[in-house]
Amino acid sequence: MIESRDIELTVNGEARRGRCEPRMTLVDFLRETLSLTGTHIGCEHGVCGACTVLLDGESVRACLMFAVQADGANVTTVEGLAPPGEMNDLQRAFQAFHALQCGFCTPGILTTVTALLRENPNPTEDQVRHAISGNICRCTGYQPIVQAILDCARSRARVIATDGGRAK
Amino acid sequence: MKPAAFDHVAPETLDQALALLVRHGDDAKILAGGQSLVPVLALRLASPSWLIDLNRIASLSGIRRLESGELAIGALTRQRMVERSDVVALANPLLAAAMPWIAHVQIRNRGTIGGSLAHADPAAELPAICVACDAILVAQSQRGRREIAAAEFFKGMFETVLAADELLVEIRFPGWPVGRAHGFLEVARRHGDFAICGIAATVDRNDGGSICDSRIVAFGVNDAPVRLAAAERALIGNRGTSDAILAAASAASTGLSPRSDHHASSEYRLELAQVLTRRALIQSMRQALHNKSN
Repeated sequence: MIESRDIELTVNGEARRGRCEPRMTLVDFLRETLSLTGTHIGCEHGVCGACTVLLDGESVRACLMFAVQADGANVTTVEGLAPPGEMNDLQRAFQAFHALQCGFCTPGILTTVTALLRENPNPTEDQVRHAISGNICRCTGYQPIVQAILDCARSRARVIATDGGRAK
Repeated sequence: MKPAAFDHVAPETLDQALALLVRHGDDAKILAGGQSLVPVLALRLASPSWLIDLNRIASLSGIRRLESGELAIGALTRQRMVERSDVVALANPLLAAAMPWIAHVQIRNRGTIGGSLAHADPAAELPAICVACDAILVAQSQRGRREIAAAEFFKGMFETVLAADELLVEIRFPGWPVGRAHGFLEVARRHGDFAICGIAATVDRNDGGSICDSRIVAFGVNDAPVRLAAAERALIGNRGTSDAILAAASAASTGLSPRSDHHASSEYRLELAQVLTRRALIQSMRQALHNKSN
């Protein structure tokens, strides 16, 4: 019998701890142990992107690492993108552009795009398509997803321009 | 599916890792980025008793330019770090050009350069780049350290010359000669999928503008990356005219023996080897002309 391990990590800004078998993937730990079911499990072998979370700020597939490896790490899931019950501007853009139908892929795309826009706040359409190429959506045909992301980036740029003008 | 039960050990030093490798032998698998290993475990194609997790060994990660002009990359360096590195962009533009073709950003954020090389997938980009650049792969075990030429490292499909007690620790790329041009292309069903066929090429010219050296390496066709020697020979001594490129391209399928599988037939892969060689050489020659005009 293989012994379970205690791990401690920060999830969505909160210190969390839990016990897991070494073979438990990070996504199972988030869902089963921490009851954060916003992160979805699709293919469970690194193809679909539904389980994408941010690990120390970088987008990663939570089905392709083990929870024991996240000991001491900082994880952000879709639940951490906005305060409970609220949506951030990216999520509102997804709503406005009908960028989801069944919603299964949405948490993985939102986390992926959060990292994209942090690194590249003003992406071209081509860059957006590349960035989400590791996330499979079977409903939308991607068109509205791409539009929502571009619109969110444009809105953020406008806010920065306006604030910048006032600050002077 | 869920992986079968295993125990996990995460050494903090290379010495500890090498000792664990000796102790657990065939019962252990080495976990680097995990982007190929974890699917294998999830599908239960392998069920080791132990995972030796290298991710806590800080000394295995990093990118350095040596005084010799060589580029040294620690085996545990994330692919994304290589992709973003200004040092790599200057010291090996072919490697830099190939990085965005590897899978997807989420994979490259975890996947490591050494993991991909040791895994030796015939359709992977990094093995081909190492062969095209005459890279040196440094392996270490308790018995000592040895340097392996990339051309000797890959034995076949998912097979390398690494012994059971050896760990790949560093990859060294020779200096990049001034004026060297390169090309890189692949065809996959979707961006990020493994390549049906890909070509990495370098072209060196002498002061008179004649091609004096070239590497053309195909991946995704044979069981390991393969130099297209006949195509390389067709370029030497001429100036990279369109006739020379066409001659090299038509020689590109010489000696290749691709498999047919559900992605593509053998014939299609041979056709791609020729077409992509032509395109990669056109890329290279355009760049050579651009280098010259600067």
